[in-house]
Formats: sequence, C-alpha cells, structure tokens
Amino acid sequence: MASQAPILVATDLAKAFTAGGRHTQALDGVSFAIRPGVVTGLIGPDGAGKTTLMRLAAGLLIPDAGAIRVLGLDATQDSLAVQAALGYMPQRFGLYEDLTVQENLDLYADLQGVPKAARAERYGELMHMTGLAPFTRRLAGRLSGGMKQKLGLACTLVRAPRLLLLDEPTVGVDPVSRRELWAIVDRLVKGEGMSVLLSTAYLDEAERCNEVVLLHEGKVLDQGPPSAMSGRMAGRTWAVTVPGRRHRDVQAELEGQSGVVDALVQGDHVRLVTGSVAMSEELTGMPGLEGARIESVPPRFEDVFIDMLRSSSGGTEPRDGKYLPTPALPVNGEGENPSPEGGGRRREFCEHVPPPPKPACCAKMAVDGWEGENSGISASIPPSPVCGEPVIQVDNLRRRFGNFWAVDGVSFQVNRGEIFGLLGANGAGKSTTFRMLCGLLPASSGSLRVAGLDLRHAAAAARARIGYMSQKFSLYGNLSVAQNLDFFASAYGLSNMPRRERQAWALAEFELEKYADQLSGDLSLGYKQRLAMACALMHRPEILFLDEPTSGVDPLARREFWRRINALARGGVTVLVTTHFMEEAEYCDRLAIMAAGRILAMDEPAAVKAGARAEGNPSPSMEDAFIRLVEAGEAKELAA
Amino acid sequence: MRLKGLVRKEFLQIVRDPSSIAIAFVMPIFLLVLFGYGVSLDADRLPVALVAEEPSPDTADFFASLEGSHYFSTTHALTQAEAEQALRRGEVNAIAHLRADFAERLRGPDGAPIQVILNGVDANTARLTQGYVEGAWGNWLARRAASRGQELATPVKLEQRIWFNPEVKSRNFLVPGLVAIIMTLIGTLLTALVMAREWERGTMEALLVTPASMTEVLLGKLIAYFTLGTGGMLLTVGMAVFLFEVPLRGSFWVLWVCASLFLLAALGMGLTISTLARSQFVAGQIAIIGTFLPAFLLSGFLFDIDSMPAMVQNITHIIVARYFVSIVQTLFLAGDVWAVVLPNAAALALMAAIFLAITWRKSRKRLE
Repeated sequence: MASQAPILVATDLAKAFTAGGRHTQALDGVSFAIRPGVVTGLIGPDGAGKTTLMRLAAGLLIPDAGAIRVLGLDATQDSLAVQAALGYMPQRFGLYEDLTVQENLDLYADLQGVPKAARAERYGELMHMTGLAPFTRRLAGRLSGGMKQKLGLACTLVRAPRLLLLDEPTVGVDPVSRRELWAIVDRLVKGEGMSVLLSTAYLDEAERCNEVVLLHEGKVLDQGPPSAMSGRMAGRTWAVTVPGRRHRDVQAELEGQSGVVDALVQGDHVRLVTGSVAMSEELTGMPGLEGARIESVPPRFEDVFIDMLRSSSGGTEPRDGKYLPTPALPVNGEGENPSPEGGGRRREFCEHVPPPPKPACCAKMAVDGWEGENSGISASIPPSPVCGEPVIQVDNLRRRFGNFWAVDGVSFQVNRGEIFGLLGANGAGKSTTFRMLCGLLPASSGSLRVAGLDLRHAAAAARARIGYMSQKFSLYGNLSVAQNLDFFASAYGLSNMPRRERQAWALAEFELEKYADQLSGDLSLGYKQRLAMACALMHRPEILFLDEPTSGVDPLARREFWRRINALARGGVTVLVTTHFMEEAEYCDRLAIMAAGRILAMDEPAAVKAGARAEGNPSPSMEDAFIRLVEAGEAKELAA
Repeated sequence: MRLKGLVRKEFLQIVRDPSSIAIAFVMPIFLLVLFGYGVSLDADRLPVALVAEEPSPDTADFFASLEGSHYFSTTHALTQAEAEQALRRGEVNAIAHLRADFAERLRGPDGAPIQVILNGVDANTARLTQGYVEGAWGNWLARRAASRGQELATPVKLEQRIWFNPEVKSRNFLVPGLVAIIMTLIGTLLTALVMAREWERGTMEALLVTPASMTEVLLGKLIAYFTLGTGGMLLTVGMAVFLFEVPLRGSFWVLWVCASLFLLAALGMGLTISTLARSQFVAGQIAIIGTFLPAFLLSGFLFDIDSMPAMVQNITHIIVARYFVSIVQTLFLAGDVWAVVLPNAAALALMAAIFLAITWRKSRKRLE
C-alpha cells in the first residue's frame, strides 16, 4: 500500500539555541521515520529535545542542519502546506481563556476553513468524544486542566488532520483525564486511521504506543515497538522482599552494587533490575539478599530507559561512576559479608546519621477506618516502618479562598523519620496544605502542630526547624551557587563559621564544587534541584517539606534525589513530599491521596493499592487505585 | 472566513477582558476629566502674602486691587518675617512687600518701588505670578493716574488681541491634544500588550500552525484595534466638543482622516514592539517609555516644543504624536490651516508606513 510510506522522516536533524550566553544543543543528529496509521511515542525526559522536534515538524523552526519531511513535504520549505495538512497541539495549547468552548471551536474552524455545513456534525462528534458537550457555553479559562486539554485537542481536530502532533498532552493532567485523552487518541488511530506523534516525559505512557522513539539529550537512543524494547529486559527484573528488613534499607544496599542497574522501592517490595539475565537463586547470593524472597516480574519500559542511560553515556551523572553495564553478577558464595550500614561503600549522606532504626516497630497508626478494610493483606508485608513520636499533627485542617474550600477537613500525623507523601492531581489542595504546614498561609480552621509547636502562635520558631523546597526551586538565578547557599544559610541565621562549614558540606555532598561559581540560573534542571535541596538543608532542619520536587527532572536525577531523601530519613529527618508521579508515591512510607481538598485514603502504598483490587484487576497499580478512589469519591458526592 | 474569525475573536476578547476595557475606555475618560476639570495651566487664585510696613490708605488701595482679582488669593502678614515663614512653609507662592516710605515716595518724582519675592521652585508658576503682580501694579498705577485726570506716561500703548483661544483657557488647548494621548494608549500600549499575551499564553503558537497567514493574523489585530482606536477618538472629540465646549473650527472629516493616519502609525508601533518583546511586562514597559511618555511630554501636548532646548526639539521630530498634536490643536482652535495640516499629515503617513513595514518584515510564521 502506498500509505505505508513513512509519514514523517527526519534526517540528521540538528538544532541549537543560544540564550543568555548559554548554548544548548537541543537536537543533535536526529534521524528516524514514523509509520502511518499508528501512535508513535516521542519519549524522553524534559530537555531531551521533544518540543524542538515537534516545532520543526510543524515548520515553526528552521533546522541548523538536516531535514524533516512531513507527509511527503519538506516542513521547512513548504511549511504552509505542511501546516494545512497536519494538526499540532503545542504543550500549552493556545486556548483563548476568555472565549467560551464554542467560540474557541468556531475560531479554529474558521482558521482551518471548515465549511459551515460540515461543522454541526463535526462539533457533535468532537464534543461527544471529549465529553465537553454540557460545557459549550463555559469560558475556556473556567475549565479544569484535563478539560482544557481535551478542548485543545478538539480544536486541533476540527478539521481531521492526516497527522496529529501532540506535544506532552498529558502533563499536569489528572490520571482520570489522562486515561480519557489516551482513549481519544486510540479512537482516532483505530477509527479514523489517523497517524499520531505524541511526546511525553512519562515513561509508563510508552507502553500505550505502537512504536517509540527514545530521545535523550538531543539524540535518538532507540526506536521500535515498546514491547520489543522491554523484551530485552526479560529475565532481568525482580521483586525482592527481605523479611525483617525495611525496603528502603534493602534498596540502599542493592543500589550501587555492580551488576545492579536499578533498585526501587515499589510499595511492598523492592524492584530490582539486574545488568544481565540471571536466575533468582543466583541473586540470593548478593550482599543484602540473604534469605530474600525473589520473584521474577515482567519488565517495564522505564527499565529499558534506565538501562540504556546507564550504559550509554553513563546517564546524567553516574554517582561514583559505578554503574557498569558489565553483567558482573556475584554468584553464590560471594558477598556473605553484608555490611550493617547498608551500602557501606556509599558515603553517608548526613553527618548526623545514627545507625538505622530497628525494623521492629510500634503499632501502625490507625487511620480513619481505612486501615481496617485492608488489614487482611498486610500479613505478607513486613512490619510498618512507622515509629517514633509524631512530629506533625494535623487535625481537621481547612482553608478557604473566597467561597471555595481548597483544603476541606484534612487530618493526619507524621512521625519522626518517616517519609510521608501527598499524592493528588493539580488543584487537589496539596500545595495549600503544605503552605499552611510551613506557616506561610494561615489556616481557616483546625489545628496544626509542627515539631511540637503550634503554628498559630509560634510560626517563626517552627519555621526555624523546617526546611522547604518549593515547586519552582526558588533560587536567585543571577547569584552563583555558592552565593545562593550563603544567602539561604544567613537567612536562617547561621553565623559566619558554621555557615562556611555548612556551605562546604553542601558543595561536597551535592557534588556542586565544580559549579560553585556558576550562576544558578545557568544550571541544568537536575542541578538546580540539587542546589534547591541543599539550600533547604543549610540550617539542618528536622522536617523537610518538598513540594513537587521532581517534576521535570529526568529519571536518573529523580533516583538520585530519592536516594538523598532516603538517606535523610535514615538520619531521622522527617520528610513530607507532594507529587503527582504515581510511582513516586511508592517510595513513601505512608501516603495520603488527596482530591478536591480532602484525603481519600491514607496508608502504606501497598495497602492503598490493595484497596483497589478488583475481580478483573488482581494487582492494581497506584494509578488504578487513585482513579478508583477519585471515582468512588465523586460517586459519594453525587449520592449526597 | 479566516480573517472574519480572527476579527470576531479579537472583539470577543476585548469585550471580555477587563484590562482592555480599562485601557480603551476607563483611562481615556479619566484623562479627559483630569485634564478637562483638574489640571490647568492657567494661574488662578495664586496665594500671595501682602506686607505693608506702614499701612496707609495707599497701601490699602493697592492691596485691595490684588484682593479683588481672581488671579490672587491673598493673606495679610504683619511683618516681613512672618510672610517669609509662610513662603517657606509653602503657604504662599509670593510676597508683595511695601516699604514704610511707600506712600511718601509714591508722591515723589521717581515713584515708589515694591518688592516682590517669589518661590522659584516651580519656575512656571513663579514666572506667571511675577507677570500677574507686575500687571496688577501697572493697572493700579494707570487707574490711579486716570482718577486724577492724568495720563500715565508710557511711550507705547499696548492693545492686546488674543487669537484662536480668546479666553486663554488652557483646557481648550489641552483637551484636543488628549486625542493623541488616548489613541497612543489604545493603538500602541493595548496592541503591544495583547500581542505579547498571545505569545505568553501560547495561543500564538497554535495560530501559527493553522493555515491562517501571518498577514491575516496581523490584519485581524489591526482591524480590531483600529476600530477601537477610532472609538476612542470619537469619544474624546465628542467629550471635548459637547462636555468641555472646546470649539472645533476645522472640518471633522479632515480630523478623521488625520486621526486614522496617526492610528495606523500607533498600531504599527504597537505591533513592532510586539515583534521585539514577547512578554506582557516588557512590551508594556517599552510601550510606556518609548511611546506614551514621549507623547505626553515631547509632543507639544503639555509643553510647547518651540520653547524646548534645540537638542530636545530635534528629538521631538521622531515622536509620532508630535505631528498629530500639532494637527489636532490647529484643527480645533484655528481651523483647516492646510499649511499646518498637510506636512504633518504627510509625516504621519510616512511613519505609519515605516512601522507597518517593519512589522511586516519582522513577523514570520516561525518561532524564531
């Protein structure tokens, strides 16, 4: 068939940007082709060059070298013809927020030259597909994030394009809307035979694509069907549980060992990716895995990505350069010498780290009856790590903006040394809760105790004992790394000597020495994040608040970041973290799922997931659990 | 169809966006009321302290002539020191000081001197006050001479006729100039802001990949804001003529044509700015510093260009508003003086062409 000719071909594409003296090679010799009639995923972390590639394909940018042909036309030379034939939805889609849903549709129909006669039918289809039919008269600015995204898609589709380019359509969208968006894309491809090129930073979305182009730092790492890629990881992925030990400690010990590509806490087990195919019996010989229960689990796309990053350039910044791609797995008999510190080769993160707490632990916190429903499944879970005295006590916290309750009756406790996660979509009330906990925003009602201090009366005293890292990394971009550290230390009242000591510690610990004199605005996102965390730690806080700390950083930097968080928690620092990454929720000791200002569920990650177990879905993911809880919450609302 | 869609979109946005309404309608009305009623360059009720070292019927008579004038608001001070304190405190702008020998020397051959002390901080007011006090002095002397049946000996007799603005109301001169200011606001500031907003919100990127050409996108903006600017012009001219009773001596249609030329130049500047600055903040800054303030200060709207230093006068030639202010003031107060209107209109047309051409060349259907 003629239509089997590739619909988009990139040859040796290169594109660089220079801004403020900083030269960025966004794309560097990119070549690939995509087939018609399928969904091709353009996958890579932020800064990989996805948006640049999309804009080149839409004829909005001119390549420095190479060419890109779309639908048989040169996207640079014939940009008008290309634009007339494709649909492009930019990352922040251009919805006119002061126009209604209908007016936005009309505008794009006018611009795309859709004949008046054909409109009614097309609008009907689109509104049905996106579920926006009841809202046609609403201003676009008043729609939720997910609805805006669907309207953006509808506007792009007013004239059915042959090729649809979607630039990160699922960023910042709640999981329910994310599923709906994917359902729409599937329908377009299967029903209308459209070709779709979709970029995303969520690696789990790769599995929904027919084909994947893996992009990293402006280069194509690999291309092919995702199943074929993850197939290469077959026999290398394991679920590990060591009875009587905390997952976090097991993970810390595994990570950094040669032959280990990746080790992650996944709720009730540690997920281990090995450098080569191995038998589970062989693994039990690894240090730290004595008496472990090891099961083979199916590979995921993220494993491929991590494996590739670690084996290619060594990733973003390999810690200690230890991630060798060599399949040097220790065989039985070796390593019978587990170091009690866990991962003893690694430098300890905090100087004040005490020996790891005993795994034996006090009773689990009872939480609003949620516990009871799932107590049956916790038999197989090692004892809860929850122990120590509560350092954060929140009781029936509420906050109102106008007549809207951003936080509506939230209660929880967090104990010393615990990692507590708040999981929820944008607008669920996570950040508002956080700001109240940090004493940045007064509560409308309810009580709040942080580090034993009532925030109503002793906000300043409480703030001296907490560290806060905000969503946007509030650093001074035109100060150098060292100056930022110095400023934040002095802002927390550190006097000269300890300030210098602490600064030296931060530069060493976060491996920022090389960059000490560089402007922090010029750092890459991953380094900015490190610096922001270092700044929040200058005054040795007991409690650390992290607001969406990992959004936008690549998976390796994210792992690095969580390694630091884990080390801090081991040192007795209490960590509160908000996230909208479902998988990150798994790294927490306990988590609360929030929606519309309320806590829908609060428990250990495994128990939360177990709560969503259903007939057709025996091992639900965190996302499944989240969606189920949100839907149940909505159903309750409707019934009330 | 595409252009119609774009223009409709612009109007819907103008209607829904409070900041457009504020800039297009609230600001002009505010400025008109401010300049129509509030700000006045006329000196009226200037506070003056009167000191007579030795009060006599003559001093009382002279002071009475000042008290009776609406140009002054007088206060009597007993001593010079007291008057100086009032001047220092800013309670009065001037002191009229009559010496103890005033009455005696008045009858002498050389006449009597008066001392006038002025607060020179505000040079303009000081000069006005000086002139008015001197005028009042001259009048008083003339009246005094006349009452005795003598003619005051002056070599030349001054007969004044004030043309074009016989009542010498500064309102008549300020309000027409406001048309230029208001059209700069709408044409340049508002247009630059709304274009920058399209870049900021990512709507421009979505527009660029539609089949609509850049020309259509620009024309859509041009048509919408041209209409809005014309509305602002009609509002200002209407209020000037009907509310503030400024005479419109020239032809309304000539005014209309010239205003349209100016509006095109202003829109051209706004669109040029938006090709340089893609954030609302920067666009707003450039528009205010680069066009609005010069239109206010250097166009001849407030300050007479001919009395500026030569270098500043040269600078005013690149201020678009200058040509229009000169046209409006002439059309309102003097009538259709072609010698003024035509060269200025030609300058406007040239500047409109330059700015629109720059916009044209700079706007590409690309993001770089």
